Amino acid sequence: MTLLQVRDLTVTYDGGARAVRGVDLTLAAGQKLGVAGESGCGKSTLALALLRLLPASAKVTGEVLLGGEDVLTMKWGRVRAVRWAGASIVFQGAMHSLNAVHRVGDQIAEPILLHKRATREGARRKVAELLEHVGLPAARAASYPHELSGGQRQRVMIAMALACDPELIVADEPTTALDVMIQAQILGLISRLVAEQDLGLVMISHDLAVLADTCDRLAVMYAGRVVEEGPAAQVYADALHPYGKALSGSFPTIGDPASRFAPRGLPGDPPDPAALPPGCTFHPRCPVALDVCARDDQELRPAGAGRRAACVRVGRTGAAEDVRARVRGQGREPEH
Amino acid sequence: MTTSETRKASGPGAPGSVVDARALARARRRASLARFWRSYRAHRGGLWGLGLLIVFAVVAVTAPLLAGADSQSVTDAEGGPLEGPSGRFPLGTDQFGRSVLALLVYGSRISLTVGLLAAFLCVAIGTVVGIVAGHFRGWYATVLMRITDWFLVMPTLVLAIALATVMSRSMWTVIIAIGVTTWPTTARLVRAQTLSVESRPYIERARALGGGHGHVMVRHVLPNVMPLVLAQTTMIISSAILTEATLAFLGLSDPTITSWGGMLQDAREAGAVSAGDWWYLAPPGIAIAAVALAFTLCGRAVESVLNPKLGVRS
Amino acid sequence: MTEPQPLLSAAELRLTFPGRRGAPDARAVDGVDLDIAPGEIVALVGESGCGKTSLARTLLGLERPTGGRVTFAGAPLSYTASALKTYRKRVQLVLQDPSGSLNPRHTVYDAVAEGLRIHRYPGDEREAVAGALARAGLRPPERFFLRYPHELSGGQRQRVVIAGALVLEPELIVADEPVASLDASVRGEILALLLRLREEMGLSALVVTHDLGLAWNIADRVAVMYLGRIVETGTVEEVLTSPRHPYTRALLSVLPEATGDPLVLAGEPPDPSRIPPGCRFHVRCQVLASGEAERAGVADACRSRDLPPLSGGGGAQVACHWARARHSSGEAIPTS
Repeated sequence: MTLLQVRDLTVTYDGGARAVRGVDLTLAAGQKLGVAGESGCGKSTLALALLRLLPASAKVTGEVLLGGEDVLTMKWGRVRAVRWAGASIVFQGAMHSLNAVHRVGDQIAEPILLHKRATREGARRKVAELLEHVGLPAARAASYPHELSGGQRQRVMIAMALACDPELIVADEPTTALDVMIQAQILGLISRLVAEQDLGLVMISHDLAVLADTCDRLAVMYAGRVVEEGPAAQVYADALHPYGKALSGSFPTIGDPASRFAPRGLPGDPPDPAALPPGCTFHPRCPVALDVCARDDQELRPAGAGRRAACVRVGRTGAAEDVRARVRGQGREPEH
Repeated sequence: MTTSETRKASGPGAPGSVVDARALARARRRASLARFWRSYRAHRGGLWGLGLLIVFAVVAVTAPLLAGADSQSVTDAEGGPLEGPSGRFPLGTDQFGRSVLALLVYGSRISLTVGLLAAFLCVAIGTVVGIVAGHFRGWYATVLMRITDWFLVMPTLVLAIALATVMSRSMWTVIIAIGVTTWPTTARLVRAQTLSVESRPYIERARALGGGHGHVMVRHVLPNVMPLVLAQTTMIISSAILTEATLAFLGLSDPTITSWGGMLQDAREAGAVSAGDWWYLAPPGIAIAAVALAFTLCGRAVESVLNPKLGVRS
Repeated sequence: MTEPQPLLSAAELRLTFPGRRGAPDARAVDGVDLDIAPGEIVALVGESGCGKTSLARTLLGLERPTGGRVTFAGAPLSYTASALKTYRKRVQLVLQDPSGSLNPRHTVYDAVAEGLRIHRYPGDEREAVAGALARAGLRPPERFFLRYPHELSGGQRQRVVIAGALVLEPELIVADEPVASLDASVRGEILALLLRLREEMGLSALVVTHDLGLAWNIADRVAVMYLGRIVETGTVEEVLTSPRHPYTRALLSVLPEATGDPLVLAGEPPDPSRIPPGCRFHVRCQVLASGEAERAGVADACRSRDLPPLSGGGGAQVACHWARARHSSGEAIPTS
C-alpha cells in the first residue's frame, strides 16, 4: 500500500532560492526511505514541505499525497490533524525542540490531550507506555529536558512523534550530534519501531553510510533534485550518478586498503540554490562531465531494476558501465 | 596599539601591496557604512530623531549668531521682567528681562556638551570595567563586579549631588558626577557580552596562537562589544541630559552658565510656577524632553540595525 | 625499528576539575601517557565526555595539568607567559567549528595574519599570509584576502583556519574534530590537505575525533580513550582491524559498514566524577556481562583491580584484564 507519494514537488523561497526542484518519491507502509545529501541540497526543505511546515512566503507546487490526500491543498484544520495522527516529524536538535520549562511527560501528553481528547489519566498511562517503548523508564516523565542526556532527549522526541500513532515518521538528521554508540542505540530503536508498528519512515541525513545501513531505499539529492534513487545497499555500494559515487566514496571503509591514507572527497562547493549553473547542476564538479552536460538538464531516468539516476551517461547502452569505470579510475588516482 | 602593531609587523617588505590592501579595506568599510545607512534609513523613528538632533546641533553651534552674543547678560537685558510672548520676544522674558528664546538657544550648548561628554565618560569607564571583569576570572574580577554592584544600587542622583557639593561648581563637576555614577549599567551589559564573546571558539584559537590578555581584549572582544556600546551610548546621552537638567534644577551646576535645567530652577525661584508664567517654564522642559527623545530614537534605531535579532521596530 | 625521540610527549598526565557544591572532582584526564613522533599523525578516538578534548587542551598548554607533565622537543613545558607564547608558535590548534573559530568581524587576511602579528613576524606579512592560504588550498590567495568568514563555504572556512595555523610554520597541529561539522564531500578534501602538509612540511598532528573512519583515512597510530584513560593504542591497522579491547570492538561494531552484529553498549558514557573502581569500563563491558571474563578467570580483577596506564610509545597495547589473559595464554584473538 502506498503511504506517501510526492509528485513533482518544487519549493522556491522568497528571494528566488529554488530549494526543491521537482522531486518524486514513493513510500509504502513499513518501508524506510533515506534521503541523503549535503547541506543546502534541499533535503530539510523537503522534510518540512511534507508536513506543510514551510513559511508562508515559500512557494510550493506539486502534490504530497498522504494516504491519498494532498497535504498541500487540504484545509488547515485537516493539516493540523494530519501533522500528529497521520505523520509526525523528529528534528535534529533535541534540546531546542523540547521546551525547557515543562516536564517531558507533559510535553509528550500535550498532543494526546489536544488531538485525541483522552482523559488526563489515559494520557498519563499512554506517556508511560510510550517512554517504555523508546527504552526509557516511565519515571522519566517527571524529568525536565536538561536532566536528560542527548540520547535520552532524542528518545523523548521519538516518543513525542509516536504519541498519536502516526502512519508516517519524518526524521530529519535524528542522530546528528550524537555519539556513535548512542547513534547506534537510536537507529536500532527507530528500526524496531518501524518494523513493529508498520510505519513509514522518511529519514533525512547527510550521512550516506548510516542511511544505507538503516533504510530500504535511498534517494540522493543534489541542488534540489533527486539525482539517484534505488535500493539502499546498491546505491551505496555501486552508485550510478557521479555525485552518488563521490558521496559514498567519501565514507571510508575500515579495513579497506584502498581508503587507507587516501581520504576521498569532491572538489568544489555545492551550488547556490539562488544561482544554479545551467545544464546539469552537477557538471562544474563532475569528474566525468561531457560537453553536453553544460547545456542539457538531466532528468531522472530508469537505470536498471528499481533504480533511477539523472546522468547523461545512464540509460544509454554501455554508458553506465562507462561511467562506473571512469569514476572508479578517478577515485584511484590519489592513491599513487 | 593595533595599528602600530600592524605597521611594525608588515615591515618594509612590500609597502605598495600593503597600501593596496588598505585601500581595499577602506573601500569595504565605506560599503559597510553605506549598508548601515541603508538599513538605518528604514527606521522612521530613527530618522526623526536624527533630524531633531541635527537641528539642535546646528542651533547649539550657531547660538551667538542666532541669539546675539550678549543675550545672557543680566545687566544689558533688553526687555522688562517676566513679559509674556510678543513679537519682539517670541517666548517672553525672564525675571531679568532677558529673552527666554535666546536663553533656550544658549542652553542647548550646555545640555548637549554635558550630555555627550558625560555619556562618553560613562561608556568609557563602563566598557573598560566590563571587558576586564568579563575577561579575567578570579578574585579581582569578583571584586570589580562587587564595586560595580555597589555603584549600581547607589541612587545615582544622591551620589551625584554628594559629588557635586564637595567638588567646585563647574560644568566639569557635573560631567564627572554623571559619568562616575552611571557607568555600572554599561559595565554590566558589556561584561555580559564579553562573557558570551569569550565563550566563542575564536577566542580559544587566538589564545592557542599565543595571544595574550591584551590581544584578546582589544582585537577580539572590543570589536564585538562595540555595536552594543554604540547603541548604549546614544541611550545614555539622553539620560545624562536628564540628569544634568536635574542637577542644574537642584542648583548644583555652575550658576554663571545658562542650561535648561538651570532655567527651570530660575523660573521656579522667580515664582513662575505660581504666577502661571508658562512661557518661562514650558520651553526648557520641552527642549529637555525633545533632545532626550531624539537620542533615544536614534539609539533604538542603531540598536536594531546592529542587532537585528532584537526585533525592535520603530 | 628504533624509537625516534618524540616531538610531544605526555607522561602520567592528569587534569582534574574541582566538583561544584560538594560534588566529587571530575577526573577528565586520569593518567595518560602519549607520544607523538615528528611527522606522525596520531588519532585520539573516543566518545564525547571521555576527556579527549581536555587532553588536547592540556597538551596545548591551554589547561594546566593537575598532575604529570607535557614534554615538547625534549624540554618540559613551562607555564610562564613567555614560554607558552614561544610554545604556541610551534604547536597550533585547529578547532571543530570553522564558523565559530573565525571572528566574524575579521577578514580572512586578518584572521591568517593574527598569529604573525602576535609573534611580531619580522618578514613580509603579506607574502606569508598568501603562502599559507595557497598551501591550505585557497588559490589564488589574493582573492580571499578581504572576504569575511560569512562569505565563505564551510570547507573554505576550515581552510582559512588551517592557513592561520600554518602561517607560523608549526611543527605540530592539534586538530579537534577538524571535519565533524563539514559536509562529507568536503571532509575528504580537508583530510587530504592534512596528509599533504605532513608530506610537504613534515608536520605532526594529533587529531581528536569520534570518527574511526577518519583515523583509518589519515592516522599512523590510534589511541582509544575511555573515561580519562587510554584503553587501547597501536598502529591504525592493529587497532582497527584486530581490536582487542571490548570497548574498541564495540565502537567498531556499531559503524554502519561493519559486518557482523553490532555490539550496542547500553546506557550513556559514565561520569568522570564517578569513575568506577576496578577496570573503568567493567560496568558496560559486554565481555564481562556475557560471562566470557568469568570463564577466562579475570572477572574479579575486572571488578576490583585498576589497570596501569599504557605507555605512550608505538607498540600495540591494551588495558584490559581479559585481553591480556588471552594474550598471555597464547590463544588466538578473534577479530570480531
